[in-house]
Amino acid sequence: MAPLGPARVAPAPDLDRAAAVPSGLARRARRTLGRHRWPYAFVAPFFVLFAIFFVFPIAFSFWLSLNEWQGTGPMKFVGLQNYAALLRDGTFWNSMANAVILFLLYVPIMTALAVLLAAALNDRFIRLRGAWKAIIFLPYITSMVAVGFTFRLIFDTRSGIVNDALGIVGLGPVPWLDDPWGAKVTLAILITWAWLGYNTVIMLAGLQTIQREVIEAAWVDGATRLQALRYVTVPLLKPVILFSLTLSVIGTFSLFTEPSILTRGGPARATTMPVMEIFSTTFSNLRFGYAAAMSYVVFAVIILATAIQFRVARRGAS
Amino acid sequence: MVFPFVWMAVSSLKPFSEIFAGRTFLPAAPTFDNYANLFARYDVLGAIWNSTFIAVSFTVLSTILCALAGYAFAKFTFPGRRWMFAFILATLAIPFAVLLVPLFILMRNVLHWIDTPLPLIVPWAANAFGIFFMRQYLTDLPDEMLDSARVDGASELAIFARIVLPTSLPGLASLATIFFIGRWNDFLWPLAVLQSPENYTLPLLLNSLRGAPGRTAYDLLMAGSVISLLPMLVLFLVFQRWVVAGATTGAVKG
Repeated sequence: MAPLGPARVAPAPDLDRAAAVPSGLARRARRTLGRHRWPYAFVAPFFVLFAIFFVFPIAFSFWLSLNEWQGTGPMKFVGLQNYAALLRDGTFWNSMANAVILFLLYVPIMTALAVLLAAALNDRFIRLRGAWKAIIFLPYITSMVAVGFTFRLIFDTRSGIVNDALGIVGLGPVPWLDDPWGAKVTLAILITWAWLGYNTVIMLAGLQTIQREVIEAAWVDGATRLQALRYVTVPLLKPVILFSLTLSVIGTFSLFTEPSILTRGGPARATTMPVMEIFSTTFSNLRFGYAAAMSYVVFAVIILATAIQFRVARRGAS
Repeated sequence: MVFPFVWMAVSSLKPFSEIFAGRTFLPAAPTFDNYANLFARYDVLGAIWNSTFIAVSFTVLSTILCALAGYAFAKFTFPGRRWMFAFILATLAIPFAVLLVPLFILMRNVLHWIDTPLPLIVPWAANAFGIFFMRQYLTDLPDEMLDSARVDGASELAIFARIVLPTSLPGLASLATIFFIGRWNDFLWPLAVLQSPENYTLPLLLNSLRGAPGRTAYDLLMAGSVISLLPMLVLFLVFQRWVVAGATTGAVKG
């Protein structure tokens, strides 16, 4: 394609070129693409796949949430009706409440445990650190399906080993999986067991970037190990803890496998989680539009929760 | 911490009645009957094959594509690379829940990939975590190696294949192991897109053993769980250091 104006080697960005912008820009673009063709080519697979399997679905999902659709046949445009109905949907909000309750049940404990474990590994058990890291990381490699079923056996009310052990010390059988709150607690235990290792390793990595002198200075000043941990180490660990909490928020609202296998969402929907609701709305009820609306609401709540977390963290730092 | 695994293994050697009798830890008479029955009644080998095929295909494809993109971000300066990379990272924050429904519709109505392994392999073939990981890893690759190859006239693709890949084997192994484990244990998405029992992956097979309340074959389930766990244990024991380091990449700056 012949250039409109005189050929220039280095185009100057001035207003006179406004008339020649289309071809000058195209020429510059082509030259850039040509000079950098390799990195662009290397990065292209991601963006192609991304456009097809990420951008398009998300955009489509939004359009879908404004319609009613059974999967075949025509879509019926309903505007914001799905969202309006969602606001009144007790089952859905029950699942959201379950997610929040579960979060409160396990996250504080798990995060605190992770920090303590990491501190211990960083300090006293340095020599065996590799072995301990491996052990606590084991749950990460396991199928949650297998673990879920195993926990069902372990916490079975009549024949589970937990109640057996409690019985030996004289405590009555606890209805772990048969009681709504028992089920929530058991699920919290399962999630803690599953994610503690990962979070501990993250905390450990964070601890290792904090110089020992800072902590030791606190000890010299007379602080006990626990005090040093609380007043010196933890504030310095804030970014890592924030990262861990963000992962926990996203993870909790995305839970599907663990509650599905451990309790099937019961008893009486006590452990039904948002993604389970989306799943059943899609595959059992075939209400694709409504399910899409649900997923957007869950997404919005996750963003809100994460934003609040960051706000609180920033305010605490000042 | 390891107790659930121990319980899984121990229960797999007990007959059904003993599992639910309670009050026993070790099996009274350890037996491999559960394993035999499992293999006899269900297509376990088929499920193992499906899981393996999907995991291996995804791992190979994804490791290479992520290494490619990570290499580009690490070793090339090109216009737009900063916002592109930030954009890729941002996508990590999007929960799968938003993608579940539309992706399923895409697979079913448009691509007709339901009941094939493709939905489990293609969509994340170049994924944000892998690219982030490889970029971090490849940044430390010495530039001199690459430059001297360019001076010698090697093409960029040849440089990638013959220099970058071989020298980044530890990082590739780390990433590959993480990918493999993720695919092997995946449940939600396979549950959505795989519908015929002969296409089930192992987790799906285990799930199908569940029956009406009280009629679930826990004896077979425990045997199946051990089977599904064994390859992961082996992988983990061999690549353990790399897995732990790789999975927690990026949690801490520097």
